[in-house]
This record gives sequence, structure tokens and C-alpha cells, in this order.
Amino acid sequence: MTRKQRRLTLIGCALAVLAIAAGLVLNALRDSIVFFSTPSMVAEKHIGPGKRFRLGGLVETGSVKRGDNLAVTFTVADGSATLPVAFKGILPDLFREGQGVVAEGALDTSGVFRADTVLAKHDETYMPKEVADALKKQGHWKDDYRAKPNETPGANATPSASVAPTQGAMR
Amino acid sequence: MIAESGHYALVLALGLALIQSVVPLLGARWRDAALMNVARSTALAQLLFVAASFAALVTLHVTSDFSVLNVYENSHSLKPLLYKITGVWGNHEGSMLLWVSILALFGGLVAAFGSNLPLSLRAHVLAVQAWVASAFYLFILITSNPFLRIANPPIEGRDLNPVLQDIGLAVHPPMLYLGYVGFSISFSFAVAALLEGRIDAAWARWVRPWTLVAWIFLTLGIAMGSYWAYYELGWGGWWFWDPVENASLMPWLAGTALLHSALVMEKRNALKVWTVLLAILTFSLSLLGTFLVRSGVLTSVHAFATDPTRGVFILLILCVFIGGSLSLYAWRASALKQGGLFAPISREGALVLNNLLLTTACATVFVGTLYPLALEVLTGEKISVGAPFFNFTFAPLFVPLLIAVPFGPLLAWKRGDLVGAAQRLLAAGIAALLAIALVLAWTYGGATLAPLAIGLAVFVVAGALCDLAERIALFRVPLPISLRRARGLPRATWGTVFAHAGLGVALIGIVCETTWNSEYIGAMKPDDVAKVARYELRLDGLTQRQGPNFRELLAQFNVSRDGDKVSVMTPSKRNFTTRGAATTEAALLTRGASQLYISLGDASADGAIAVRIYHKPLVLLIWWGPVLMAFGGVLSLSDRRLRVGAPKPAKAAAARALQAAE
Repeated sequence: MTRKQRRLTLIGCALAVLAIAAGLVLNALRDSIVFFSTPSMVAEKHIGPGKRFRLGGLVETGSVKRGDNLAVTFTVADGSATLPVAFKGILPDLFREGQGVVAEGALDTSGVFRADTVLAKHDETYMPKEVADALKKQGHWKDDYRAKPNETPGANATPSASVAPTQGAMR
Repeated sequence: MIAESGHYALVLALGLALIQSVVPLLGARWRDAALMNVARSTALAQLLFVAASFAALVTLHVTSDFSVLNVYENSHSLKPLLYKITGVWGNHEGSMLLWVSILALFGGLVAAFGSNLPLSLRAHVLAVQAWVASAFYLFILITSNPFLRIANPPIEGRDLNPVLQDIGLAVHPPMLYLGYVGFSISFSFAVAALLEGRIDAAWARWVRPWTLVAWIFLTLGIAMGSYWAYYELGWGGWWFWDPVENASLMPWLAGTALLHSALVMEKRNALKVWTVLLAILTFSLSLLGTFLVRSGVLTSVHAFATDPTRGVFILLILCVFIGGSLSLYAWRASALKQGGLFAPISREGALVLNNLLLTTACATVFVGTLYPLALEVLTGEKISVGAPFFNFTFAPLFVPLLIAVPFGPLLAWKRGDLVGAAQRLLAAGIAALLAIALVLAWTYGGATLAPLAIGLAVFVVAGALCDLAERIALFRVPLPISLRRARGLPRATWGTVFAHAGLGVALIGIVCETTWNSEYIGAMKPDDVAKVARYELRLDGLTQRQGPNFRELLAQFNVSRDGDKVSVMTPSKRNFTTRGAATTEAALLTRGASQLYISLGDASADGAIAVRIYHKPLVLLIWWGPVLMAFGGVLSLSDRRLRVGAPKPAKAAAARALQAAE
């Protein structure tokens, strides 16, 4: 093979691998990304049952009810709308009424959000950024939810630093 | 006083770095050895001052001087000494100081041990190193000064985030930073080569050990971080495809590619231009990781907008260094002469394939990590890209890579024999098929993909061993001769065997853990029994205990298997009063490479407690794999051939003998 042919082989291989990778990425981006919504956005957009999304908002005070076998129901509110959530499993250490929460799952046919993951990334002063942004946008932001981004543990890379997901039994 | 001297030392280090950025370059231009040698002394002095600054911050934390804002926010007088020290880098300011300390350390090492480098190359390398250092000193001094005082010192500090009060914080960030920042050396070498317009095989021989050191630390750092997340977060996950983790995975992928392409350059003088580009990209990805984690852009692009100084500053550093070095590359790369020819099927070809797949895999991680950010900036829509994305893109790219791994070392340089290599890998192929058949039979009717993945992993491990057996002619010559050959093999060859086998070992762990992991979640009362994977766990009781700066609820479990008592496990839940935060301390029981894992949830009013119990088969292999890889790296590093300029006693002695014979 001449130098030129060799180079063409190389470039051909590289392009083939890149094309495959691009195909994989586009395909995966279509299927496996998850959108973020608040209860009022859910009401506006009419998200259908079975479509996965992330729900964010405040856990309504007095709404948390524990059932048998670690089943929990609570209501997520964002000031103008509420949405009932059902979860089965262990809630994160910092899950509290009146605090921000992000849950991942899908609506069922009766309009209840079935969460299979509840994320908690906040302490008594910090709340999930997405929730804070959504509340601010709707004018329900109170100053005592003072965001403290630097509370995120310092050194790089503790996965604990960014989210502490809890996976329920529905996995 | 200590805080002020620490601050002052940092300012002096900045001054030295500025001198080091300019003077050696002028020296190289005017061919003035004295000016070029300035780099050496300034690099060493810089290390001294930064070390002093770092020591000052450690002293402040250890003595709990709450008049310093950083100590007040992250420490507590009752905190154990270990966490007072590790708390230094458990926050933004302190971790940036650790970052520059390690940067200065690497600069100092090049200055101290680089006496065999050509003078002008050393001057260029240290000058580029100083550019990076100056930028980060400025960043710390302007936006994140750890030595700020509080006007009215409080009596007690706010304590360190409880999740970080763990031995993991002592090991993981320094390791990871040694990796990240270690790649700055290969970056500096690459930029120096572009500035000088000269690059040769000797250059690769100098770069490779530094890259290897950084790679070893990064490998261990990532593995350590993963294990830390596994036992500290309390739900048994070990990799989340979280942006923070991806930020460390990307430089690792690019660094692994760099390690292999530098090999081609060293041995065959080929792939020069590509190697230089990889060196630049690897450190750029390290910088990107620093940016992603340190700017707050990950929590939200809006957080970035509300506290802009830090984010914008790092973004600026990022743009200047990545943009600058890539422009320099575009301008000067054509000046680097092309090297040796090789056929597509050859050791070089295999290494190119390795590079291609690794960088593409790295690119998919890059897209998955940054796409949500880009989308939010452009459309305001918030999305998250989770594990499925990476499983669908990353895994398919790694499968061909893993199949190719055993072939690489068996192909000859320049022109290889694929059929011959395949013949020599026959044993590995048979082992892989046997493994698939065994696993399929054992888990009849279960997952189909998992046995295939196990087969692939066995192929990688057996392939590495085949390579070794081939080299020492095992079973073809008497055993003592084989053993003597094994002793005589270059350490780098042993390193390859261990590193490649480690890859397979980790894959076995990953597949077993994700496929055959069993779990129990439920509320348990004292004397309740839970059954998980042939183990019976009885909850004996719950007790309260007071720790140094927390209260904890301990649960005691009696573990038995088939009626025989195995052990006692005591998971706990800690409440840290100062921050009002709780953490879950999981209990782990190791049996061989498998683990039982218990973490506690909330206690309810009727005396029951929510419990999560996992049995994770062969889970430890996930971390033993990277440890094997790092061990391979250390072996390779200790290879005499990598120590440039070291006299070669064997050859010298042989030459003398030859002369004597004449």
C-alpha cells in the first residue's frame, strides 16, 4: 500500500467510527433524556401518562403520609398548582415537609406521579437549583430559601457532592 | 499572623510565577543559559512558597482559628484532627489552593529531576507551567482567597459537611488532583514542542513517565471516589454518570489514549502531531473538569449568572489556555515532521484503533455532560441526561475496544500478522467461550447479555495472560527456562499485562454487580429476619450513641448463612447537630470479592426502622480492576528504559567485555 492509501484507510476507519458514535449519540439523545417540570408546567403542557420526567417543587406541609411497606405519598406544590406523588422506598436523609424536592418518574392514568427516584440535594438552607429557579420565575420565591451553592462539598468529584439519589424498590 | 503570612506567600508565589513565565523564554530566544536557568530556581522557590501557604491554611484549620472565614465555615473545634486537616480541601478555596500546590509540586519536580532535558526545552516547559500557575494564583487571590478574616470572630465554627467527614476525603481529592494537574506536564511539553517547532522520539520518552504518573493517580483517584460514593451515600451505587464524575472520566479516557500514542511516538517516531494534540486535549479536559466543578455551572447555569466572578474567571482561563494552545497547534503543527510508516494491521495500527475508540468514547461523554448545559443556555429548557444515554453510547464503543485489547500487544510493529495473533489468542478465545457456556448454564433463563459480557471480560484477562505465556514460551520450553525468561521480561511488558487484565477484572465486577445484585427494602422491628441471597439477617436491636460531633442510631444485625453464624453488622444513622444534617453510615461485610451492604432509613414511631440490604456479588472486582491497572502503570514506570539518561549497566558492561576480548 502506498502512503496515500494507508492514510485513506485510516481516515476511512476514523470516519466510520465517528459516524457510528454520532448515530448512537443522536439515538440516545432522542430516547433517554428527561425533562424537568414543576406541577404548574405539568398542568399547562398536559404531559401524558407513562412519559418520564423530573418533577420539582416544595413538599406541601402536612401532605406526607406513610403507608405499609415503605410506601409514601406526598404532594408537591409550586405555589399555583399541586401534584400528588407516590413513592415506595427509603426517602433521602433530608426529605422534609416544606422543603424542596426533585423526583423522577412518570404520571399514571389517575394523574398521580409515580416516582421511582427521589433526589435530595439540600440541607436546611439549600434547595435544588431547578426548584429555586422555577419558584423565582413564578414569584413565589422567599428570601429565607437562601441558596447556598458553595455548600456543595468542595473537593471535586464526590458524586455525593452533586446529587444523592435514592432509588426505590421499583427499579 | 499565620493567615497573613499564608496570603503573602501566595502573592510571592504569583510574583515568581510571573518571572518564570517570561524570563526563561527570553533566555531561550537569546540562547542565554543563565536566563534559561532562572526557570529552575523560580520553580523550586515557587514550590516552597506555595507549600508554606498551604501549610499556613492547614495550621489555621488544625488550631481552629475561627477568625478566618474559611475555617469558620468549614470547621468545628470538636471535629477529629484528621477531618480538620482534610477539611482544608473540603471546600472551594482550600481545594483550589491544593490544586495550585500540586501544580507547583509538578513544576518543582521537573525543575529538580529535569537536568537531563535539553536546556531550552526545560526552559520552555517550565515557562508554560508558570503561565498556568499564574492564572490560577490570580484566580485564588482575586476570587477565592482562603485567608480572609472575619471582623468579629465567632466562638464556634459551622462544621464540615457531614458527608465529607470520612477518610475518603483524605485520599480521593489529592489523588484526583495529582492526576488532573499531572497532565499539565504533558501539556507544557506539548506547547514547548510547538514553540520550539521540534519534536522527536526523545520528547516522547520524557513525556511518557509524567503522563504515566498522572494516569496512575487519576485511575486510583477515580476508583477511590467511586468506592467512597458506594459506601457513603447509602444506596449501593458506585457510578452515577453524574457530570462531576464525567468531568474526571474524560481526562482519564484522553490520558489513556495519550499514554498509548506516546508509545507509538517513542518506539516508531510516528503519530507525532496526534500525540501533541492529545496532550493538549487531555489537560484541556482537566481544566474543563475544574471549571465544571468549581464554577457552580453544574447546579444551574443561573447559579453561574448570580455569582459570576468565579465562573467567568475560570471560563476565561479555560478559553485562553484551550483556545491559545489549539491555535498554536493549528499554526505550528505542520512544522513537525511526519514519522515512520506502518501498515493498518500492525502494533501502530492497533494503537491508533485504541486512540480512535477512546477519544470517541470520550467525545460521547462530553456530549452527554455538556448537552444539558448548552440546551439550557440556548432554549432555557431544563433536561437531564442520565445513565441510559451513557449506557447506549459509551458501552457499544467499549465493546470493540475490549475485543481489540488482547490483539494489540501480539501484533508486531510496522507490519503485523492478524491471523498469527488470532492463533496465539486461541486459548483465550476458548476460555471466553467456556465462560459464556458456564454462566449461561448456571443462570439458565436469566439475562443473555451478561454472560456475553463476562465472556468478553474473560477474553481480555486470558488474552493478557496469553501474551505473557507467549513471551516466556510457557510449556514449550522447560519451566525453569520460562521462569528465567519471565524474570528477564522488561517491566513495561509486565505493566501491559497487569493493566490490560485489570480492565477485564473490572468488567467482570461491573457485570456481576449490575446483573445479579439482590436487594431487600422494608421496615424491620427488633428480631425481624430479612433474607437476601442465602443470607439471613436478624435485627438484634437499636441503640443510641454519642460521637465527638454527632449522635448516632446504631442497629445491630446478626448475619447467618444456611444456619451458620457469619458475623455481626452495625449500620448507623448519624445526626450532626451543628448543621442539623444527617448521614447514613452503611455497614459492609466482605465475603471474598462479594459484599453484603446494609443502610438505614427513617425510624418510625412504632419502633420499626426502614432498612435497605443488598447482596452485591463480586462487587469488589470493580475496584480491584483499576488497582491492577495502576499497579501495571507503576511497574511500567519502574522500567529502566523509561529513566532517560540512566546509564545502562548491562550494555556498558557488555561493551567493556567486548573491548577486553579484543
